[in-house]
Amino acid sequence: MADRSPATRRSLGVVLAAVFAFLYIPIGVLIALSFNEGGLPTVWSGFSLKWYGSLAANGQILSAALNTLIVALVSTVIATALGTLLAIGVEIRRRKGKALEALIFAPMIIPDIVLAIALLSFFSMLNVTMGLHTIVLAHVVFNIAFVCAVVRARLKSFDWSVVEASTDLGASALTTFRRITLPMIAPAVIAGALLAFTLSVDEFIIAFFTAGAGRSSTTLPMQIYAMIRFGVTPELNALATLVIAVSVTALALSQRINRTIAP
Amino acid sequence: MAVKLVPSRSTVLMAPALAWLTALMVVPCALVLALAFFRRGIYGGVDYTFTLENFANAVDPLYAGIFLNSARIAGLATLIAVVVGYAAAYAIAAAPRHRQPLYLFLAVLPFWSNYLIRTYAWIVLLNREGLLTQLLRWVGYTGEPPSLLYTEGAVIAGLVYNYLPFVVLACYAPLARLNPELREASRDLGGSALTTFRRITLPLTLPGVAAGAVFVFVLSIGNFVTPALLGGGRFQMIGNLVYDQFLAANDWPFGAALAMALIAIMMALLMLQAFAASRAEGRQSREGEEAGRG
Repeated sequence: MADRSPATRRSLGVVLAAVFAFLYIPIGVLIALSFNEGGLPTVWSGFSLKWYGSLAANGQILSAALNTLIVALVSTVIATALGTLLAIGVEIRRRKGKALEALIFAPMIIPDIVLAIALLSFFSMLNVTMGLHTIVLAHVVFNIAFVCAVVRARLKSFDWSVVEASTDLGASALTTFRRITLPMIAPAVIAGALLAFTLSVDEFIIAFFTAGAGRSSTTLPMQIYAMIRFGVTPELNALATLVIAVSVTALALSQRINRTIAP
Repeated sequence: MAVKLVPSRSTVLMAPALAWLTALMVVPCALVLALAFFRRGIYGGVDYTFTLENFANAVDPLYAGIFLNSARIAGLATLIAVVVGYAAAYAIAAAPRHRQPLYLFLAVLPFWSNYLIRTYAWIVLLNREGLLTQLLRWVGYTGEPPSLLYTEGAVIAGLVYNYLPFVVLACYAPLARLNPELREASRDLGGSALTTFRRITLPLTLPGVAAGAVFVFVLSIGNFVTPALLGGGRFQMIGNLVYDQFLAANDWPFGAALAMALIAIMMALLMLQAFAASRAEGRQSREGEEAGRG
């Protein structure tokens, strides 16, 4: 695309800079204010880490963080196993039905609120006591879809003849999977797992509807929602910064291991 | 594809995931669909007699007003997000090839961070003591701080901010796939930059853009977090109505009918998009054939 005039290229550069400014200034301001000394949440008065210290002493936030970690880890492990098997199963099929594709794709496009109320109705109709376990059951649903999508993208360029070779040489299906297939698709599996972990850590709406009554199953996003309704606080700025740091780290890792979210 | 990998093995591999999705997505969604046809019980439960009154309620003037208003807000947010997102995607696709992955990554990265925090960032910016008020003071404004938060503008800004990365991604794919020779041919034949964009680039990339727009619209209209946090509860979207029916008013059948309406809007828009895209494709290949014969 070398035919564009310098003026056109300059204005496209300005557009891009403006969009990045729009995307990153709000988050940047939030992060900067989390290191703010003073009690006023939005007026700068010097650098300090004290709000991070006060987070570490807040029992409610710590227990919510622990809940989120449990939900994210368990749902990631289950979804990674099921999603990877699903991806392999779909890719070795010769005939791919439209209904199957729709079923696999659906969790990504159903509005969260719909899945949330559907699961709430379902669990209450079955008289299931809701808590962290029901959040895990729910999070696995959308995480399967994302893991499967990432692994399938990798399998598109997979050389199936090595699998055949292994079988021809007498290896069992399990051995072939463990020694050949899995090591070859490992980057995509790990990247998918990191993506699932991030999605689960950040997910609010479905968790909010499937957590049941009581504070014991409050996750971090639910805690953050409650805090936001209370207003802007320096402690919340610090918490938000930490959550952003976790997401960005997991995604950068995922992207490094396997180009996941952008080509 | 491997001949030895028998289809029955494929079924075994898919079974656990498909069972999970069936039990915890298909069945619950079917349940909600069924719920929408039942009556609300006297004490908030569900009375299992068939009725269509939930759908009739949804088009009642009171709720129809909320539907229309939330469609207007979601429509505005979608329009702004698509215009800005398309411009950004166009700029990325025009950047040197080796820089494009980084730019795209930077544009999409915010989308994968916490939705609540991205919304909260706007409360920090827009509240009475926020950065924008302070900027106004700094340039000499002394009056009462303007109320920027809890306005329709704040809700729209929040929606655009949250979904813009998604639009950039949706617009980038068709723009990057576009054959640059088409543009060059148009320029060689004397088409101005604007004509080339209007007659070549835009029509060829529009179907992908439209698919992105449908999702932004549906996610916006079904949102309850942004109107609650940035609109201060003064603006109701369909998402807020659904939320209220399930967690406050305890009218689950009506909430279910509203959720189904949301899904119906999404399906209708996606089908419309697919129809328009296939027609556009047909027209292009016909024109291509005619050009080939001529």
